[in-house]
Amino acid sequence: MKMKATRQAYGEALIELGRENERVVVLDADLAHATQTLLFKKEFPDRHYNMGIAEANMIDVAGGMSTAGLIPFCSSFAMFGACRAYEQIRNSIAYPRLNVKLAMTHAGITVGEDGGSHQCIEDVALMRAIPGMTVICPADANETREAVFAAAQMEGPVYLRLSRSPAPVLEGEMVKPFTVGKANVLRDGADAALFAYGYMVGQSLQAAELLAAKGLSVAVINMHTIKPLDTACILSYADKCPVLAVAEEASMIGGLGEAVASALLTGGRHPRFVSIGVEDQFGQSGTVDELMREYGLTGEQIAERLERAL
Amino acid sequence: MDVLELKRLCREIRMDVVRMISAAGSGHPGGSLSCTELLTAVYFTQMRVDPANPKDPDRDRFVLSKGHCAPAYYAVLAHRGFFPVEELGTLRKLHSRLQGHPDSKKLPGVDVATGSLGQGVSLAVGMALAAKHLKKDYKTYVVTGDGELQEGQVWEAFMAAAHYKLDNLTVIVDWNGLQIDGRNDEVMSLGDLREKLRAFGFQLMELEDGNDIKQVLAALNAPVEPGRPKCILARTVKGKGVSFMEDQAGWHGKAPNEEQCRTALEELEASV
Repeated sequence: MKMKATRQAYGEALIELGRENERVVVLDADLAHATQTLLFKKEFPDRHYNMGIAEANMIDVAGGMSTAGLIPFCSSFAMFGACRAYEQIRNSIAYPRLNVKLAMTHAGITVGEDGGSHQCIEDVALMRAIPGMTVICPADANETREAVFAAAQMEGPVYLRLSRSPAPVLEGEMVKPFTVGKANVLRDGADAALFAYGYMVGQSLQAAELLAAKGLSVAVINMHTIKPLDTACILSYADKCPVLAVAEEASMIGGLGEAVASALLTGGRHPRFVSIGVEDQFGQSGTVDELMREYGLTGEQIAERLERAL
Repeated sequence: MDVLELKRLCREIRMDVVRMISAAGSGHPGGSLSCTELLTAVYFTQMRVDPANPKDPDRDRFVLSKGHCAPAYYAVLAHRGFFPVEELGTLRKLHSRLQGHPDSKKLPGVDVATGSLGQGVSLAVGMALAAKHLKKDYKTYVVTGDGELQEGQVWEAFMAAAHYKLDNLTVIVDWNGLQIDGRNDEVMSLGDLREKLRAFGFQLMELEDGNDIKQVLAALNAPVEPGRPKCILARTVKGKGVSFMEDQAGWHGKAPNEEQCRTALEELEASV
């Protein structure tokens, strides 16, 4: 299976987008190699602005540029872009509803060896809480391209959550049309429905395979858009599966799990519910595989949790 | 508009500020009164704006980084024709376009929302950078407070302004020496502002009296040094024009009661 990190796909998509839309500019905070915006810089040196190691300023400069009709894509690591500059995003991008795209890489624990200081597990909760913010976390390289183009077409702020580690590139029937706010059913199932986004989509598909071998039919739904939430899709699966589950590589506090749980209760559905994510703790150094296992996020571990619930 | 007309306009704006804040029962008179000449001079002698077309892509831009001084800003915008002067009475009321801090989604003429200190200079840098990028000749003005310079982000923005050679940007510092908790240098020393601003690459102009419209005009009209952002460091008096508010940190964010409002308006009426 072909592997590619969504940050890599982001850098490549930016070039393609830049060729089509001259209003697109890119800002980075001295991480252009890591976020892959360097690819855009190579082709469009005059449209790439390095703002130095000063994320707060970068976010607001992007805001100012957007008021003149430009479409700035702002990149750093999720830790510094979403967490450090949170109030800038809240007050100077979202509050005036400026057309800035926040594409932050190295989200979650799949940062790996850099450790807990760099593993942003809070960004999903933070970005969800901002009124009017669209939150997207693509599962693979192709979806990243779609998400980048969709973000550029939308008016208003968008948070794109991207990963450092290579993820499997979905193929064949798994490739679905991308519409912001519309979940994609990657495989159907009747015993349980598993909602996932980003790096966890691959793990969830693996979990479904493992359970299928045991005769259990598990649906896997790619919730690439975390906000606005595709509540209709969630409720429809609550009506046909006895168990619903969420798998995310982010803090369970304020994450997709809580969003789905809230949608279920508000919608009057009470399925058995399994929420898988990073518990109330920080990450640490380790290889990506080690960390995924340590925090209970591998396909095998997801399958075990679901099997118990079934 | 000549100097006398500008002085009279500043008096009108100060009276509006006092009336608005008094009617609202809250707001920030001190800084609104200290920056009155700065805002008035920019909007009435410098900026290329058309109130009938507030979103004109070629208009000059203004950012009130010290967003709490919205009353002065609103009064200036109203007199400049962006909305009716009568609307000033709705300041801070539910559903008003005149929010406690400027909201660009609601009020025509406000180029971007501000209120959280430290961010407006960055927004202005973005506007000026966009002008360079798009090869447009519009100018960007930003007014920041002195206490606001304690925010580190302001210096990030200054660094970027120099790095990108933003000679289409004018930063105006309303240097009234006071902030909510007291004198700047008691709360957190600003050090040698002149040297700091020069070291950050500005073409620096210091005004002994930033409440003297002539000095403000001279600085704004001074030719720009190519490749350098301009900074006008304007010594002002907090609460200017109202004797009991002048140079008092206590009037940073307090509304005058009815009697104080009347006294203030009488004083202002008698000035100029």
